[in-house]
Amino acid sequence: MSDLTRLSAAELASLMGKREVSAVEVATAHLDRIDAVDERVHAFLHVDRAGALEAAAAVDRGEITGPLAGVPIAVKDVMATKGIPTTAASKILEGWKPPYDATIVERLKAAGMPILGKTNMDEFAMGSSTEYSAYGPSKNPWDLGRIPGGSGGGSAAALAAYEAPLAIGTDTGGSIRQPGAVTGTVGAKPTYGGTSRYGLIAFSSSLDTPGPCGRTVEDTALLHAVIAGHDPRDSTSIPQSVPDVVAAARRGATGDLTGVKLGLVKEFAGDGSEPGVTAAFRESLEALVKLGAEVVEVSCPHFQYALPAYYLIAPSECSSNLARFDGVRYGLRSGDDGSRSLEEVMSLTRDEGFGPEVKRRIILGTYALSSGYYDAYYGQAQKVRTLITRDFQAAFEQVDVLVSPTTPFVAFPFGSRTSDPYQMYLADLFTIPTNLYGGPAISVPCGLSEGLPVGFQIMAPTLADDRMYRVAAALESAVGTFTPPAL
Amino acid sequence: MAAISREEVAHLARLSRLAVTEEELDRFAGQLDVILQSVARVGEVAAEDIPPTSHSVPLTNVYRDDVPTPSLAQDAALSGAPDAYEGRFRVPRILDEEV
Repeated sequence: MSDLTRLSAAELASLMGKREVSAVEVATAHLDRIDAVDERVHAFLHVDRAGALEAAAAVDRGEITGPLAGVPIAVKDVMATKGIPTTAASKILEGWKPPYDATIVERLKAAGMPILGKTNMDEFAMGSSTEYSAYGPSKNPWDLGRIPGGSGGGSAAALAAYEAPLAIGTDTGGSIRQPGAVTGTVGAKPTYGGTSRYGLIAFSSSLDTPGPCGRTVEDTALLHAVIAGHDPRDSTSIPQSVPDVVAAARRGATGDLTGVKLGLVKEFAGDGSEPGVTAAFRESLEALVKLGAEVVEVSCPHFQYALPAYYLIAPSECSSNLARFDGVRYGLRSGDDGSRSLEEVMSLTRDEGFGPEVKRRIILGTYALSSGYYDAYYGQAQKVRTLITRDFQAAFEQVDVLVSPTTPFVAFPFGSRTSDPYQMYLADLFTIPTNLYGGPAISVPCGLSEGLPVGFQIMAPTLADDRMYRVAAALESAVGTFTPPAL
Repeated sequence: MAAISREEVAHLARLSRLAVTEEELDRFAGQLDVILQSVARVGEVAAEDIPPTSHSVPLTNVYRDDVPTPSLAQDAALSGAPDAYEGRFRVPRILDEEV
């Protein structure tokens, strides 16, 4: 039974399709694995055993069919799940049960995918390590003394610990890709607008992008196909069909990249990556060249300003979005003893309910949007965003995709970057440009450095999500997948 | 010179409705100063004539058909409220008694 947790989503779906194993057996195996290891990994904030088994039973009764019917999934706790606690890892939403499902959750249910539970994250998706979760960090299954990445560290840890074969993440500045990189799993950020934000607790609305996480490229593509596509309830959802990412992944898996041009960003060289990360990246690049790809150096002169622009735009949008947590409509209310005014209660509620990183970003965003500073900070950052977009467009006239390490360093020990918040921000150095541009990008495991996973990032033009899956699957076929030591 | 003072942080916290403690003010002022000095680098870019990008999807004025559709029931909308009274959100007083 327990070896069911070692199979890929595609393998599980095939076994269930042939009735060799039931969906209830598959769900039970994963729930039992969670029971056995999650005390140490802490990937989950909430486990819904009853709900998952009920959904699995419906698949076994033949009520729902489809390519991933019966394959269990873990959902990041920033997605609204009807009747199931949803906290965004914040004290301000402790115990909140949404009265509706996010569009993505609706699609998972319609696809017959049992939801195992809600995964841990940095509070409101702000962070790169899960150390900013109000409920304690998740641990990296490769080394329980190290971070699993963030913000979606819970989803990535659940995959690497074999607690779930698939997971949902959200990526605002790298929150799917960086956790994927440091846990040896695959994480894809779709084109912005390619996946619905309806029911996603907003952090930075012009950047937030839900996406799929898996242990293999094909699994990730299969999940991508289930969740992507136009949603009339999200006004930024793109009213176009989704490229066939599954076919692209299968094509890539044949290992032929003849004629594909990979762009190497000149400005990313000498970027402060750890030597082991650079070495694994370079070896993978050589492996892709052996499959027929060509490497071209391109210049993206404004990428060096992506991190500063991001840390003005994202906090600005967050300061506005998080104004909704006012102690009136949902969540915590603090200090309401009858003697205090609404404003005092609101301020006490927000100070008690938000953690330090969230407060820092709200204050920073309020500053950047203040009259007198707006033009120099938020306004200027938006102009830089235009220039970064132009860099991408010019690069994609010369090459098919851009490639880089996903993050400059492997999983770091707990506590090593929390005292200086800017050191934490550097984890997103290579992932952030794509978010500002809006295109898709994927992280795929490419090797180990001192026994810890390294991620390879592939960035594609807007709406060409299929292209990154093809290259990712080709890389996976060349370097294989990586298994953490037994827990 | 510091990019941001302790007094400015206190003012911004008040604008943001965050009742931060003295200890938080001390810590945030130093940390925000480091962050601001780093992000201020966007000012190095010559971008006077560059149009701003607020959003990567070039969609404007997205409307649905003007047809009534069901929305959340009142009890569902109130289900997460810290305090509710007769079908409404209940809030602390918003005016001083002298007013």
